[in-house]
Amino acid sequence: MAERYSSFAPGGTAWLLQRITAAFLVVVLAFHFFQLHFVNHAAEVTFMGTRARMENVGYFLTMVLFLIAGTFHGVNGVYNALVNQGLSGTPKKVVLAVLTIASVALIVQGIWVALAMAGMI
Amino acid sequence: MSQSYNRGLIEDYGRWKEFSAGMWAWIFHKFTGWMLIGYLFTHIAVLSTAIGAAQGETVEVFAEDLPNVEGTGLTEVDIYTATLGGLEGLFIVRLLEVGLLAVAVFHILNGLRLLMIDLGIGLEAQDKSFYASLILTGIITVASVPTFLKGVGF
Ligand code: HEM
Ligand code: HEM
Ligand code: HEM
Repeated sequence: MAERYSSFAPGGTAWLLQRITAAFLVVVLAFHFFQLHFVNHAAEVTFMGTRARMENVGYFLTMVLFLIAGTFHGVNGVYNALVNQGLSGTPKKVVLAVLTIASVALIVQGIWVALAMAGMI
Repeated sequence: MSQSYNRGLIEDYGRWKEFSAGMWAWIFHKFTGWMLIGYLFTHIAVLSTAIGAAQGETVEVFAEDLPNVEGTGLTEVDIYTATLGGLEGLFIVRLLEVGLLAVAVFHILNGLRLLMIDLGIGLEAQDKSFYASLILTGIITVASVPTFLKGVGF
């Protein structure tokens, strides 16, 4: 292997999960853009419209999975990029803790938002 | 794959003049990935107004200012619709959205390229597929401009 540019050590769990979430994200992110720009125009989004979409169980679950996969993929990407840049020791542990808390907070908030959108709380 | 190769410290961005196609692809992939996660945090913050809206929180706005509100004059609108409409009514936000699409499209296409490389497909055509990702990103972005800017100049 002559040249290999990546922030990940190939074959590890982080590497594998990064790729699995990526494969899922390809589909949902494309769906999301398509849905909110070409089917429903972004400028015409209203609370009623969002609620109507989110009341559909399939759509709701897709959005929640999108939220979790996107958060994991993004934060795991940032973490691996930093480790790849030479982050180690205590700073590495602190960064991991901060990123984990941020991710959990984002996912909890996102699910709360999704429930509110769907009219379940 | 047991052979190793000293590529030097590629994390030294100061060496950008010596970068090859693969290195540029890597830098762009990083850059777009960081933009997307940054956007996701902002996105959830904005969408969080749905919590207020679900509890019946409303604001008074001029219907003319919001692309998603019908009618004229001072109108009472739920906080989610008002926030999203307020943002979508700004030209700069629409412009940023085109940028976001470009960033996402490049990250998707290049990410797919990386996934294929990992699976061993098309290893010989890596630099070509990188240029293909770039060109396709450009085309998709330009093609989406009319839809994205509708109502604010188009
Ligand atoms: C300009 C582009 C975008 C627009 C206009 C947009 C708009 C929206 C809207 C209106 C919703 C609420 C659901 C609905 O009404 O159907 C939503 C949900 C969501 N969006 Fe986007 N979005 C955009 C780009 C993105 C990107 C790039 C990502 C990923 C990084 C993303 C991730 C999400 C997630 C995870 C949810 C679900 C939120 C939750 O469950 O709490 N969006 N988006
Ligand atoms: C839509 C399909 C997507 C695909 C196919 C994809 C694919 C990938 C792959 C294969 C990597 C690893 C690159 C490497 O080995 O260094 C990566 C890195 C990354 N991705 Fe994604 N991704 C997608 C969406 C997203 C989204 C929605 C976000 C943010 C919410 C994101 C944020 C990141 C970040 C921050 C990195 C680390 C970049 C770095 O090295 O600094 N990606 N992506
Ligand atoms: C993930 C695992 C990867 C493997 C197994 C891999 C493997 C290879 C192999 C076997 C070659 C041919 C080298 C030669 O015989 O001269 C090559 C070249 C190349 N790779 Fe990768 N690669 C990987 C990732 C990447 C990534 C992530 C990028 C860029 C984002 C990249 C960009 C390139 C480029 C541009 C070349 C051509 C270099 C040149 O000959 O000037 N590769 N890679």
